[in-house]
Amino acid sequence: MRQVGQPIRKKDAMALVTGQPVFTDDMAPKDCLIVKVLRSPHANALIKSIKTDIAKKVPGIEDIYTWEDVPQERFTMAGQTYPEPSPYDRLILDRHVRYVGDPVAIVAGERELCVDRALKMIKVEYEVLPAILDLHGAKDNAVLVHPEESWRSLCPVGADNKRNLCASETSGTGDVDQVLADCDVVLERTYRVQAAQQAMMETFRTACYIDAYGRLNVMSSTQIVFHVRRILSNALGIPKSKIRAFKPRIGGGFGAKQTVVSEVFPAFVTWKTKKPSKMVFTREESQTASTPRHEMEVTVKVGADRDGKVRALDVYTLSNTGAYGEHGPTTVGLSGHKSIPLYGSLEAHRFSYDVVYTNVMSAGAYRGYGATQGIFAVESAVNELADKLGMDPVELRMKNMVREGQFMPAYYGETATSCALDRCMKRAKEMIGWEEKYPCRDMGNGKVRSVGVAMGMQGSCISGVDVGSATIKLNEDGIYTLSIGAADMGTGCDTILAQIAAQSLECPVENVTVSGADTDTSPYDSGSYASSTTYVTGRAVERACETLKERIVQRAAEMLECSSDDLEFDGQRARNLSTGEEVSIEEIGTASMCGNNVALQVTESNSSPVSPPPFMVGMVEIELDKETGHVEILDYVAVVDCGTVVNPNLARVQVEGGIVQGIGMALYEQIQYNEKGQMLNNSLMQYKVPTRLDMGKLRVEFESSYEPTGPFGAKSIGEIVINTPAPALIHAIANATGIWFGQLPVTSEKIAMGILERCE
Amino acid sequence: MQISIQLNGKKITEEIRPDLLLIDWVRQHGCYSVKCGCETSNCGLCTVFLDEKPVLSCSILAARADGRKVDTLEGLKEEAEEFGAFIADQGAEQCGFCNPGMIMNAIALFREIADPTDDEIKEYLAGNLCRCSGYEGQLRGIRAFIEYRKKGGAVCDK
Amino acid sequence: MLKIREYVKVKTLEEAYELNQKRSNRILGGMLWMKMSDAQIQTAIDLSGLGLDQIEENEEEFSIGCMVTLRQLEEHEGLAKWSSGIIRESVKDIVGVQFRNLATIGGSLFGRFGFSDVLTAFLALDTYVELFKGGLVTLKEFAERERDNDILVRVIVKKTPGRQVYLTHRNTKTDFPVLAVAIAAERDGARVVVGARPLRAMCVNVDDAWKEKLEHADCTPEELRELAGELAEQVPTGSNMRASAAYRKHLANVLIRRGLFELHDRFAADTGVDMDKGGQQNAD
Repeated sequence: MRQVGQPIRKKDAMALVTGQPVFTDDMAPKDCLIVKVLRSPHANALIKSIKTDIAKKVPGIEDIYTWEDVPQERFTMAGQTYPEPSPYDRLILDRHVRYVGDPVAIVAGERELCVDRALKMIKVEYEVLPAILDLHGAKDNAVLVHPEESWRSLCPVGADNKRNLCASETSGTGDVDQVLADCDVVLERTYRVQAAQQAMMETFRTACYIDAYGRLNVMSSTQIVFHVRRILSNALGIPKSKIRAFKPRIGGGFGAKQTVVSEVFPAFVTWKTKKPSKMVFTREESQTASTPRHEMEVTVKVGADRDGKVRALDVYTLSNTGAYGEHGPTTVGLSGHKSIPLYGSLEAHRFSYDVVYTNVMSAGAYRGYGATQGIFAVESAVNELADKLGMDPVELRMKNMVREGQFMPAYYGETATSCALDRCMKRAKEMIGWEEKYPCRDMGNGKVRSVGVAMGMQGSCISGVDVGSATIKLNEDGIYTLSIGAADMGTGCDTILAQIAAQSLECPVENVTVSGADTDTSPYDSGSYASSTTYVTGRAVERACETLKERIVQRAAEMLECSSDDLEFDGQRARNLSTGEEVSIEEIGTASMCGNNVALQVTESNSSPVSPPPFMVGMVEIELDKETGHVEILDYVAVVDCGTVVNPNLARVQVEGGIVQGIGMALYEQIQYNEKGQMLNNSLMQYKVPTRLDMGKLRVEFESSYEPTGPFGAKSIGEIVINTPAPALIHAIANATGIWFGQLPVTSEKIAMGILERCE
Repeated sequence: MQISIQLNGKKITEEIRPDLLLIDWVRQHGCYSVKCGCETSNCGLCTVFLDEKPVLSCSILAARADGRKVDTLEGLKEEAEEFGAFIADQGAEQCGFCNPGMIMNAIALFREIADPTDDEIKEYLAGNLCRCSGYEGQLRGIRAFIEYRKKGGAVCDK
Repeated sequence: MLKIREYVKVKTLEEAYELNQKRSNRILGGMLWMKMSDAQIQTAIDLSGLGLDQIEENEEEFSIGCMVTLRQLEEHEGLAKWSSGIIRESVKDIVGVQFRNLATIGGSLFGRFGFSDVLTAFLALDTYVELFKGGLVTLKEFAERERDNDILVRVIVKKTPGRQVYLTHRNTKTDFPVLAVAIAAERDGARVVVGARPLRAMCVNVDDAWKEKLEHADCTPEELRELAGELAEQVPTGSNMRASAAYRKHLANVLIRRGLFELHDRFAADTGVDMDKGGQQNAD
């Protein structure tokens, strides 16, 4: 009975399609306090005075809190393993506000109406300070985003708040300058990726209450329940034993919910008042006061020989972490570590970066986590290099791409133990008809059809850091309960992990129920991010099931009064091979509850010393209107190597969803600030995510490799899928227009005006 | 002010504030399938039927629904299950947050156009945003459902 | 958040008019725009009980009640026929079906929004608005006026034979247009309407000589290009977060030219047909 590899329906699917009340706001305690925050209208300011007395008199207002009421120990809201690389630069409320939208006061009241009224009645006097709105020149600027002495960095990431630096590093192998000097062709280009928004359909939201034990219970739409517990403990200054965090269904995350965003405010209110409370972010708050992708400017120097051998890559990334440092020191790393290793036989490489503080909304984790920015840059540079060499970019890649078994110095010194990138490229090429379509065809009506290509990679976890755990328990009637601390945010990991369990235990997937994530009852898991759940937690599930099977056999041996060695267990029955006697799994489960000393429950943890990359090739065909600049996507083909595909349906929708997000980022998702640092794209009216009319046709296939360290050969899929659209589309646009765009999004305006400029 | 609305077949008469939005009113009456995804009428998550027509419940006052018929997914459970199963068979429900609105509007589509083309499907559902699925899986599910209906599998029409 | 203290579903237009004279009172259209505002309304005036949600058609004209939704406009066969399909064309990209089931023609036109597809398209037709006190005025004149406390009761579209085209450019398919162009050639003249400049839609008249040539399908491609260039020059454009003034200027030229080519082709396709015999039979 095969469970892995089957397109099994998600366990929660029918609840979701019939609209059951399974999300945070559906389940929040009725009549709980409504929590909202007053936000700063200034990009950089000190609060001179703040008057809340009149606002507090609004009927129904429970209380109002300002910077004077909150603990003064700094913390980070990044959902990362302790000690977090992200600096401790936050307070729940700070006297110093650092971007338009930074919280100034927390208001809690019985109803939304009175809270809204009270918000308007708080009087704040600000001392407005000059602000840094551009990432250029932020480093060593006279204006400091974090001048405070209490700022702390726990890890050696090259951070220095007195230089507006959140992180800084240089790494590499070989002498890049020398190799570049020796290359026939060297191309240097700078690329810029905007602070795109995850724009998950469910905004940030959290509900809190105090339980019978006097503990703070936090129900939140989060990917990281265990980190939430630690962060709240740091923020509120209360012991972790006093906090329970858990998640219901999550309406999308894409990394946004790998950071604590809404949690601290209702948690603070409930801890203070001992009353239930909730906070639901508006879409505007989600757009303007959250955790988007890090804006990055990536400069790539690539050197090659005339015959197309890529010899050296030199990458410098300037990353904008905004007002706070969540994920600042780590996202930037991926911009080099997950782009440079795509090219397997470099003689030298260098990767350096600076991450700067500025006075705009702080960034966070967004699917792709820096790799997206770096891959856009490196793949675009390689496409232009191919053009310069007069080579087909597919050929150039076939010549240089990383291959299975290759050592990857730029990828933490790991070896590509599983890699089907070459097969992905070949298959994608066939699917799109590259030979016939590359580079472009003039349709004779002002329109050009052209194609573009890009490769991508990601990781499958944070090696040596991420921990996934699973508890598997045999119950009466032979059914299993799987407890996990990983968070299904729509990805289907509950189902995928159940498939892995069912495969290991040789039972139908229906016999495995899944629960989590809950800090009280789930085994420890660092959380669902870094593409790690299938790979890391999946392996923990597999191991827990193997151990449980041994226990099952042990219990069966007691029942049959024989040695374990005489028994064979096939998932349904344990059979004494010599006597033919057998007991069913149902009988064993029931027997475990009577006169039993062997716990038929096993917890295993798993952490991986390596992070085997999934690989992918994306190719796109577009039709470009040379006058309006409009780009119509005709066909997007994606071929992915994520190792063994555990659930083909769920893997495919991951790919499709990631591609469409990537398309939005490449072509129209804009982040624009005015001169005061106010974000203009503060709603889904002004920040346009793709509709189903915009995304064209997608075709997805898998070219599987087998990853020996993954569960049943699986790697990851969640993030890699967002990395190819931008470089592939920008390549296709270049093939249609002759213009190499380096700044996302490449809007129809940029294309049309670029063509006009060229004609002049 | 007093309103009287037939919600999922049940008449409810009560006093409300004139500026109460229909989405808040239906949620107050336990229709939690209706979600708010934006505040700017752009996402389609809050789709309900007003006198059989799909509308954005975040953008209409409950007062406007006075004397009229409002249906949410809670009132269309059988149709939702029947069609939703096809979305589920693609894994295209993903996070599920946009599903009720999309399914409401798809049901409206099936009632209006018996055998829609892909273009008609995309145009009709253009106002239903989804950030997870990339829409392709939803389209596969819709197509499969239409095929199933053509073969007489279901009677979804009123 | 929008606040409303009282809600009156009026029984007559007089009642609505009386109420609407108070500054703090407001007439509700589809509410899609108003809902996003922070307005404090004393009395919200609901016209939905007055039977103004119908499109009536007779020999001479269409009479469209102010509460008719964009979706009704989109689906109306008669309007489609008499507008060369541009009414349908102009509303079909507006957000989604659910939105268009709420948004009303009255709200769309009364707001005189810069981004309005609806205003742009109707300006290309022989359109009048019927105001409760102000009587019948051309839509062009109404569009140029500032808002007042009168009530837009109906929109009248005369069955003036003609040909129209509607073209827009949008950053995404259901976004506001970056620029919208409607072109009409009718008995009493040809005109080009440019909307989403991003300022309010404006009309540019095409002189009679050009109109003649267009209708007789008698222009060379060069001439049409030249005309498009001239017309686009007359259209002031501005910048906003969707596009720059320069790009809009360029788009105006492109879309006007495309529109002219399309119209010209259509006239060429039915050469010999006298326009005055009515567009109904001839229109696409």
